[in-house]
Amino acid sequence: MNLHEYQAKDILAKYGIPVPPGKVAFTADEAKQIASEYGDLVVIKAQVHTGGRGKAGGVKLARNPEEAREKAAQILGLNIKGFITKKVLVAKGINIAKEYYAGMILDRVTQRVVLMLSKEGGMDIEEVAATRPYALIKYPINPHTGLRPFEARELVKRAGMEGNLNKLADVLVKLYQAYVGIDASTAEINPLVISDTGEVVAADAKIVLDDNALYRHPDLMPLREFEAEHPLEVEASNYGFSYVKLDGNVGVIGNGAGLVMYTLDLVQRTGGKAANFLDIGGGAKADVVYNALKVVLKDPDVKGVFINIFGGITRADEVAKGVIRAMDEGILTKPVAMRVAGTAEEEAKALLKGRPVYMYPTSVEAAKAIISMTGGAK
Amino acid sequence: MSILVNKNTNVIVQGITGREGAFHAEAMMKAGTKVVAGVTPGKGGQTTLGVPVYDTVKEATTHHHVDASIIFVPAPGAADAALEAAHAGVPLVVLITEGIPTMDMVKAVAEIKALGNVRLIGGNCPGLITPDECKLGIMPASVFKKGRVGLISRSGTVTYETAKALSDAGYGISTCIGIGGDPIIGTTFKDLLPLFENDPETEAVVLCGEIGGSDEEDAAAYIKEHMKKPVVGFIGGRSAPKGKKMGHAGAIIMGNVGTPESKLAAFADADVPVAETIDEIVELVRAKLG
Repeated sequence: MNLHEYQAKDILAKYGIPVPPGKVAFTADEAKQIASEYGDLVVIKAQVHTGGRGKAGGVKLARNPEEAREKAAQILGLNIKGFITKKVLVAKGINIAKEYYAGMILDRVTQRVVLMLSKEGGMDIEEVAATRPYALIKYPINPHTGLRPFEARELVKRAGMEGNLNKLADVLVKLYQAYVGIDASTAEINPLVISDTGEVVAADAKIVLDDNALYRHPDLMPLREFEAEHPLEVEASNYGFSYVKLDGNVGVIGNGAGLVMYTLDLVQRTGGKAANFLDIGGGAKADVVYNALKVVLKDPDVKGVFINIFGGITRADEVAKGVIRAMDEGILTKPVAMRVAGTAEEEAKALLKGRPVYMYPTSVEAAKAIISMTGGAK
Repeated sequence: MSILVNKNTNVIVQGITGREGAFHAEAMMKAGTKVVAGVTPGKGGQTTLGVPVYDTVKEATTHHHVDASIIFVPAPGAADAALEAAHAGVPLVVLITEGIPTMDMVKAVAEIKALGNVRLIGGNCPGLITPDECKLGIMPASVFKKGRVGLISRSGTVTYETAKALSDAGYGISTCIGIGGDPIIGTTFKDLLPLFENDPETEAVVLCGEIGGSDEEDAAAYIKEHMKKPVVGFIGGRSAPKGKKMGHAGAIIMGNVGTPESKLAAFADADVPVAETIDEIVELVRAKLG
């Protein structure tokens, strides 16, 4: 789950990391009001769940409250990579002397949380990693000891960061405490600023939470914003499905993440493009298949559906019953190619007789059929 | 011979009184697995499916010889259950549970590796099976015929599809292991390849990888240096867009790590042919084994 910058900063502040004073505004007048409280230079930043806000015109400086109102009015409603800006953070400006980067992510190779540190802050860290890997220090943190102050001080020195050593190290120690404390999967401060007066401040922050651990953070659950997610992803999650919206026209339903990924690959390989990833999980019962069809067919891009189910004990006639119900209720009017490895395939064929639903013995054949019925990728 | 498990493997089931645990314990017994006991904290003293239930793994290992434990404990307690089995001296721990908090796994995997003598498989995995001998997992045993191909996979259903295809084609499976779809898992491809290389029953290995992470690249490097037996590869999720998590928490391309291009290049470098479809896996195995 992604958090907004202001939510991430609130969390960092709670763990003792200095952040610039700031408040959220939903209207331009609110932005003006907040700016007048700070009485000085403010920065107005779009709060959307995507990167590249600066380039898209979603971050602006304002020198007085009236200017803050104008700039906020420009940013509110702005479409940034498909996300409409509904709120802005109005934060007190900082006079920047240096911009650094500090981030923590989960590293699969070392199987630890890795601290990444760079003198080159304020820019895209993936680009730094790709073009100047020597400018990025990576340090796997021992999960049993956490990040200790002496380690943090050594890392600050190694990264060549200038500024108050103890303050910088303290931010890193606290960032790890926050990371573990809230069960983050990513926690980044970019830039980590040294101000002209020598203060160390988290000028921007990004936090992604580990969805698996949300259950133990009831205080963070309300931060989930359904309107920031794709509505079909929200609806699918209510049924317990894992759904990802993609940009093709073949609706895909399968059981098991691996099989669904394989099905998407087959669609592409055959010359089509999938409209979605949908994993129904275990137990392909009629109502589960029906609900999955309901979700997939709400996507106007879908021109046909590919159902690919594997189950040693899954009954093909159960899958067929779900399809038939969706047809009888008028939800399903588009072509369906179905491939079910399981028992009762003959019963399923009998049920589907006379309907525009075709069962194929292999995934490859079903893929070919659905691509020919939907016309392939445009 | 086979790897990790055989018909003499004594198994305990952690979470045996839960819905999932009970269902799969029974299915494992039907498949011939020697389930000797179950463990559910607070339910010690009961008998279920004809085996005694203990409160702790330690009590189970006191009363029984235990070679392996399989865990169906719900996510909040799953990593703790794996640690309990490891500290009780169970040498093989299979963690089926999905949705385990990542930091729990980071800590548990580090601690179990430090113990040195315990192999953890999973979490979020289908387990493993040596057909006709021992099923230590949730896979449908009926599609696994005994045979000569070792199968390792990050997925569940793709594993079953592949096992069925190899079984239908007459090659069969020596041992099949689903290593799990999470970013932090106890055992990777590279850990299992030497076991297959040394197993007289295994003549070839099929490795079903997917996008995300670099386990496939590590495996390819190992194959290039150390494997004499033929290996056939497969990569799921080739068409997935960057930055989107495709069902499995670990199936995500981040920056330049985890891309199919990187994995395909690594396999090509190790002379591992890569199948584009599951049917092609069988053809490539046929090309190697005849």
